[in-house]
Amino acid sequence: MDLSVVDLSRLQFALTAMYHFLFVPLTLGLSFMLFIMESLYVMSGREIWKRITKFWATLFGINFVLGVATGLTMEFEFGMNWSYYSHYVGDIFGAPLAIEGLMAFFLEATFVGLMFFGWDKLSKPAHLFVTFLTALGTNLSALWILVANGWMQHPVGAAFNPQTMRMEVTDFLAVILNPVAQAKFVHTVSAGYLIAAAFVFGISALFMLQGKWTAVAKRSMTVAASFGLLAALSTVVLGDESGYTLTDNQKMKLAALEAAWTPEKAPAGITLFGIPDSAAHTTRYAVKIPWVLGLIATRSIDKPVASIYELVAVAEDRIKSGVLAYQAVEQLKLKPADPDANRVFAEHGRDLGYGLLLKKYVADPASADQATIDKAAWDTVPNVPLMFWCFRIMAFAGFFFIGLFGVAFLMMALRRHESRWIQWAGVLALPLPWIAVELGWVLAEVGRQPWAIDGVLPTSLGASSLSRPELWATIAGFTLIYGALAVVEIGLIIRTVRRGPYAHTGEPAGELPTRLDTPRGGGLDLPVPAPAE
Amino acid sequence: MALPLDYMTLRVIWWALLGVLLIGFTLTDGFDLGVAALLPFVARNDNERRMTINTVGPTWEGNQVWLILGGGAIFAAWPFVYAVAFSGFYLAMFLVLAALILRPVGFKYRSKRPSKGWRAFWDWALFTGGFVPALVFGVAVGNVLSGAPFSFDSDLRIAYHGNLLGLFTPFTLVCGLLSVAMTTLHGAAWLTVKAEIGPVRDRARAFGDIAATGVIVLFAIGFLFVRFTGLGYRMVTAPDTSGPSNPLHTAIIPAPGAWLDNFAAYPWMWLAPALGVLGAVLAMTGLRRGWGAAALGGSAVSAIGVISTVGLSMFPILLPSSVDRHSGLTVWNASSSHTTLFNMLVATVIFLPIVLAYTSWVFKVLWGRSDTRTILASPDYY
Ligand code: HDD
Ligand code: HEM
Ligand code: HEM
Repeated sequence: MDLSVVDLSRLQFALTAMYHFLFVPLTLGLSFMLFIMESLYVMSGREIWKRITKFWATLFGINFVLGVATGLTMEFEFGMNWSYYSHYVGDIFGAPLAIEGLMAFFLEATFVGLMFFGWDKLSKPAHLFVTFLTALGTNLSALWILVANGWMQHPVGAAFNPQTMRMEVTDFLAVILNPVAQAKFVHTVSAGYLIAAAFVFGISALFMLQGKWTAVAKRSMTVAASFGLLAALSTVVLGDESGYTLTDNQKMKLAALEAAWTPEKAPAGITLFGIPDSAAHTTRYAVKIPWVLGLIATRSIDKPVASIYELVAVAEDRIKSGVLAYQAVEQLKLKPADPDANRVFAEHGRDLGYGLLLKKYVADPASADQATIDKAAWDTVPNVPLMFWCFRIMAFAGFFFIGLFGVAFLMMALRRHESRWIQWAGVLALPLPWIAVELGWVLAEVGRQPWAIDGVLPTSLGASSLSRPELWATIAGFTLIYGALAVVEIGLIIRTVRRGPYAHTGEPAGELPTRLDTPRGGGLDLPVPAPAE
Repeated sequence: MALPLDYMTLRVIWWALLGVLLIGFTLTDGFDLGVAALLPFVARNDNERRMTINTVGPTWEGNQVWLILGGGAIFAAWPFVYAVAFSGFYLAMFLVLAALILRPVGFKYRSKRPSKGWRAFWDWALFTGGFVPALVFGVAVGNVLSGAPFSFDSDLRIAYHGNLLGLFTPFTLVCGLLSVAMTTLHGAAWLTVKAEIGPVRDRARAFGDIAATGVIVLFAIGFLFVRFTGLGYRMVTAPDTSGPSNPLHTAIIPAPGAWLDNFAAYPWMWLAPALGVLGAVLAMTGLRRGWGAAALGGSAVSAIGVISTVGLSMFPILLPSSVDRHSGLTVWNASSSHTTLFNMLVATVIFLPIVLAYTSWVFKVLWGRSDTRTILASPDYY
């Protein structure tokens, strides 16, 4: 197959997925924050909490539809661009996707309409419950999609069936309870909560700086600081480590993000800074803190962290074993009952995927020479400098937000909402969590390379047999549509923020707890009549 | 582990569930597509358009999940079909996606700015989001009936030998237009029930009347194509109903008129096309008299009839190949494994009733006609 078709398919998938994930985490977190705000309304009975809820819900809605629109692409893209992948693992991979639709998307999408349109049609507690179900739906969807994605990182509960030339499920429960998937779920939804908290905090801080709508802004800041502190702690503390040392691929990812080329005596030190050099297989100017990595990665002081050189040696052995498995499968295609082939396959079948790595270079893996095998073994090393930096920036963001929300939480508790510097910090920090989540996904997905399914199916084999013009056409099309939508979306968010929480109601007298809470300034409040919404 | 249902039974159940999903999609999201496609024609000023959009405003999102679930369920239960159809119809799928992406955004963003140009743009975006998917889905079904140019190698890697324009033939266009007529009829029927009494509803009834005629005429033309133009495929190997899912062991050859074999063998199946026509007639009557329930019920029955006709005429074939007799997909060679079919059935049996229950509840809460005065008074509406 034409290599660049694979590259283009990867490019398109990366573009569309990363774009989808601009909206997803805000949905995940903001839906729960809406639930919290509305709970405060229902419990206190104070109109201002309803206003707060409805204001953030407007922003939620603008973001939500783009999550939905871009999610549609994702759902079909596996079949469109990764058809061999879809055939090869559909038996396992399709199930969580279908369950996600049944259990999560229906819930979220059915109730989100009622959440927006049901204020006058439902009692207060019933509406609150509807908001909760929407939030639950979005988070369940994250669970199931990450079960699917976690299986790509750590494919448990499945085996290759030579009769159907694909992976088939052997233990569905293992697929669902996959520890990698659980770890990813916790980390990813926490990251979503963190984004939402930073969003609410940042925009409220902006209002405070402008001296507008301070009653709404202060209350929102308090909710955001508390929620954000919990989210930041859970993102970092409950982070990803648990899934880590499970598979060779995850070990390789760990070695790569640490740029740990050669073995180091346990417990390994963590590299704070350095310039990894992929060609020379070394890291220059490394600044290390002793012990820390060993403690994090192995939770012990005596187990070594596997290095890239060691893992490449393992890969080489598995490639050789995989060649035998490949030959056995070729035999089984012709004679499914052949006892010799069945015996060889039973012994080496688990390395079949490693044999397939050679397909990038030779049509028949059995014909590969030692140099080719070496090359394929080194292919199992992902892009080390990229891993190294993605991880460091993301981790920096994690500690930064623990600090920011830690301080903010204390200040909100002490009613120091007026402090300028915390307001500025909130505004300036707005883009940071988005940078962190995108880099997190790059780390997770590029770090999975060269595998589409770890140890099972190389990415280079997964793509559809499309032509380059077709791919360029859709990449251009998606870029155009997504680009235009991004402009529209950002414009609408800015507009909604500028018009503030009282855009439609014009703060009727008496609805507010105190006159002090009425908006000051309001210079940006355009003189349009209550716009038709 | 011995599963309580055998492989063959599960395959047939999943074949039927595929139909249920398609029908679920057509009956719910179908009226959203129809309303969107009718929008520029039945509603002539902004108030009318908002009233029209709000007949589906709170529920289109949930309805769309039928489509998403369709994608997921085909992936899980019929991975071959998912892989072949979506990559084979690549550019057509992209067109559908591009149009479908406009829809959520159109609903939500249209009302966010008062400017005329802004709103007119989103009106046409909504129209595109309703019309194009309906057309392309119909064309796709037409291509399924006329066979697609794909083949498998011994690794079961798919090669596709066609192009975008090749998808559009007279027959597939008839299918596409039939699908447009069905969704338009359904949308018009929905407006008869949900739109306030007034000019929009009256125009919708008039358009629906034309659409119902279209359904009957196009369905009949489609039948003539199937009967007289050499369409049709037949499986010539003995079905291995519990065998491994591997298309290479099956042979499917072109056989003019073979899509009517099942009807000849089981005459009760004529019920399906009969419902397709009678439903449309009932819908037409309902529209003319202003009986909303009859219009909506009739159009639903018609859609069920038309979709079942296609499924029954092809059984057990799912997607024949027009270039390779050993690549065609059937109910017996394209499913996922026994275990997965069973697990997915369990999941469906648990969750689908729950989904149906809360969806009905939501529709009940939102019951009643969309009316301009309420919409103008409340900022919650689109
Ligand atoms: C961790 C969370 C997460 C991840 C990794 C993904 N999604 Fe997503 N997706 C969501 C979390 C989510 C969500 C929060 O549930 C969304 C975002 C906004 C929304 O409306 O729901 C959503 C929307 C959404 C929709 C529209 C649902 C609807 O109509 O309500 C579809 C079809 C998908 N996604 C499919 C996918 C696929 C196939 C992905 C794999 C590449 C994917 N998403 C990655
Ligand atoms: C929404 C968050 C996600 C982001 C930002 C993301 C990002 C990426 C990136 C950057 C790539 C390209 C990697 C490369 O080729 O070097 C990629 C590939 C891919 N991802 Fe993801 N991903 C996300 C979620 C998922 C999920 C949830 C799944 C599966 C359920 C998934 C499946 C894939 C597949 C199949 C490919 C293409 C094949 C491959 O490169 O291995 N992704 N993604
Ligand atoms: C010290 C703090 C952090 C550590 C140690 C950490 C660790 C990791 C690791 C090792 C991965 C790769 C997982 C894999 O490949 O399977 C990852 C992925 C990811 N990270 Fe972080 N992270 C931290 C902070 C953050 C922050 C602050 C955010 C966002 C606000 C974030 C968002 C993500 C996302 C979205 C992914 C991809 C999904 C996943 O694989 O779970 N992380 N993180």
